[in-house]
Amino acid sequence: MPEISLRITHEVGLHARPASMFVQTAAKFSSDIEISHGETTVNAKSILAVLTLGAHKGAQIVIRAEGDDAPEALSALEELVVNNFGEE
Amino acid sequence: MNTLKGIPASYGIAIGPAYVFTRVEIIIEPCKIDDPEKEWQRFLDAKADTHIQLDEAYAKALQELGEEAAEIFGAQKLMLDDPELISTVKARVENDLDNIESALFETADGYARQLEAIADEYLSARAADIRDVTSRCLRNLLGLEDSPAKGLKTPSIITAKDLTPSDTVLLKKDFVLGFCTEEGGSTSHTAILARGLGIPAVVGAGRAVHQINTGTKLVIDGDAGEIVIDPDQDALDRFHSRQGKFRQLRAVAEAVSHLPAITTDGHQVEVVANIGSVDDVQPALLAGAEGVGLLRSEFLYLERPSLPTEEEQYQSYKTIADAFGDRPVILRTLDVGGDKDIPYIDLAPEFNPFLGVRAIRLCLMRPDIFKPQLRAALRAGYGNNLKLMFPMVATVDDVLKTRRILDECRDELREEGKRFAEKMDIGIMIEIPSAAILADQLAEEVDFFSIGTNDLSQYTLAADRTNAQVAQIASGFQPAVFRLIKGVIEAAHARGKWVGLCGEMAGELLAIPILLGLGLDEFSMNPPAIPFAKRLIRSISLEQARKVADVALNLREDGEIRQYIKEVIPEVNME
Repeated sequence: MPEISLRITHEVGLHARPASMFVQTAAKFSSDIEISHGETTVNAKSILAVLTLGAHKGAQIVIRAEGDDAPEALSALEELVVNNFGEE
Repeated sequence: MNTLKGIPASYGIAIGPAYVFTRVEIIIEPCKIDDPEKEWQRFLDAKADTHIQLDEAYAKALQELGEEAAEIFGAQKLMLDDPELISTVKARVENDLDNIESALFETADGYARQLEAIADEYLSARAADIRDVTSRCLRNLLGLEDSPAKGLKTPSIITAKDLTPSDTVLLKKDFVLGFCTEEGGSTSHTAILARGLGIPAVVGAGRAVHQINTGTKLVIDGDAGEIVIDPDQDALDRFHSRQGKFRQLRAVAEAVSHLPAITTDGHQVEVVANIGSVDDVQPALLAGAEGVGLLRSEFLYLERPSLPTEEEQYQSYKTIADAFGDRPVILRTLDVGGDKDIPYIDLAPEFNPFLGVRAIRLCLMRPDIFKPQLRAALRAGYGNNLKLMFPMVATVDDVLKTRRILDECRDELREEGKRFAEKMDIGIMIEIPSAAILADQLAEEVDFFSIGTNDLSQYTLAADRTNAQVAQIASGFQPAVFRLIKGVIEAAHARGKWVGLCGEMAGELLAIPILLGLGLDEFSMNPPAIPFAKRLIRSISLEQARKVADVALNLREDGEIRQYIKEVIPEVNME
């Protein structure tokens, strides 16, 4: 399963608006997408599950995708995180 | 008359009748169903209705409260559409034949509990969002109307357990004079709403709030965090007068609070804020603070099961320091002792905690507590103007020991390749008489002093501020304390160091002319006092202040000093 590893740089972590944007971006793709933080892995399309990860600023996350549009999904999510969720 | 104590969440005084905001309880009866398809359709219909209501709430909030408040409803929509939530609920309806109400309630409740278990204020608020949107959907399923807000027909003080975002958006803003709630902290939805509307709020006042009925006469003191039930005429007069002053303060604030504090003869001082959390930053900036003279770090340590991590502290300090850009933010390291219950620090009970292991003494004995804080501060200070200040310094050796630990932290960070502030100003609190007496020696070792008059007074006069019988001795204008302040300022200035004052005295209008005359460089106070202080400083001259200080230091007691200031500087009177 292709995966990428990223660090959250946004001030509030993967919480408020960033969490919503992350989940909404993931939901655009048909692939199954997972996100891991520490020992926990959850469905990247679920806002409730992503919030329970408690990924603060500085957290290391791993995103995995499997399906027809997996490469596109991973690059879209990478862009979102790397661009600090469109801020600054 | 009866006074309750809560957490001050939004400044100002509100006076008016209470409106008790109670919600119809939703009763969920778990049962088995026989037509899962029909049951699932009921959910889809209720969900569609909920979506429409959330869109309306979003639009209303956007218009009345701004984007941040509106975004809450956007997030709630996403929660109700959550694929994990939906698939769990669907499985319970289709496979277990549970009724939709119990399947939805229990599943959502599970998520809310998980978020509440992570000790994070932000995630607790999201847990409240899950409960809020679930309740809304359940009401749609059960055909319940929920609008206690509709009963609000006259301007009132809203009294509630806590308010949900859905409640707050329904309230007719013209009818809301203030808020008082049983639960919640300074970042609860109620607090955010109140600050957004600029109306007073006291939150987290506990179960005593239950004694308030709709129509009960109330006063909310958002500065002190007090709720006065059935105030008598005297109290009412007092609050009306303070309310008038507060409104005047608003007007004054708009006029001069963002101008520099310069005397009529051109002497400039700094007027900065005392703050205790990230949430205090905006109110401080709005009040005209030119920086932070005292950032109490205790907020990160209290009411939690374990020590805050370095990372957690780094985030908070950085957020605050960055918000002030190149203006100074002075972080005071942990200032606790045996009188505070911090279970994970495990302090031995002391016979006299105010003379015991507290503040810097505790930190020097416990590098496991002190070093993460210093490392977090050094890292957070990169690219802004964060300074460090140490409380309860009694001897020069305290400073030398502290500086050694600070150097160790710098070496570690350098080795780890972490980015941090190579040069960070360090200062000490002058609050123990020995430190005031040794100000000349201490000034050689630090960049600045900040005088803590609350403790300096109680230690100098040997009078406990918390003992009502002697508190007056320690809280008054004591010539002995003014003389110590004078010596501290002279000793520091002779060595090119500056002196601030972050006790309650800095914001007291009657004390400001004396302190100004003694040469104080920085006045640090609670944000609501800033506009008053600036107006006063801008209306008197340094020359006049020096004369006043000279005379005042030779007067013999509190009443005499106050009377004298009122006579010679009429600007200290607000009425």
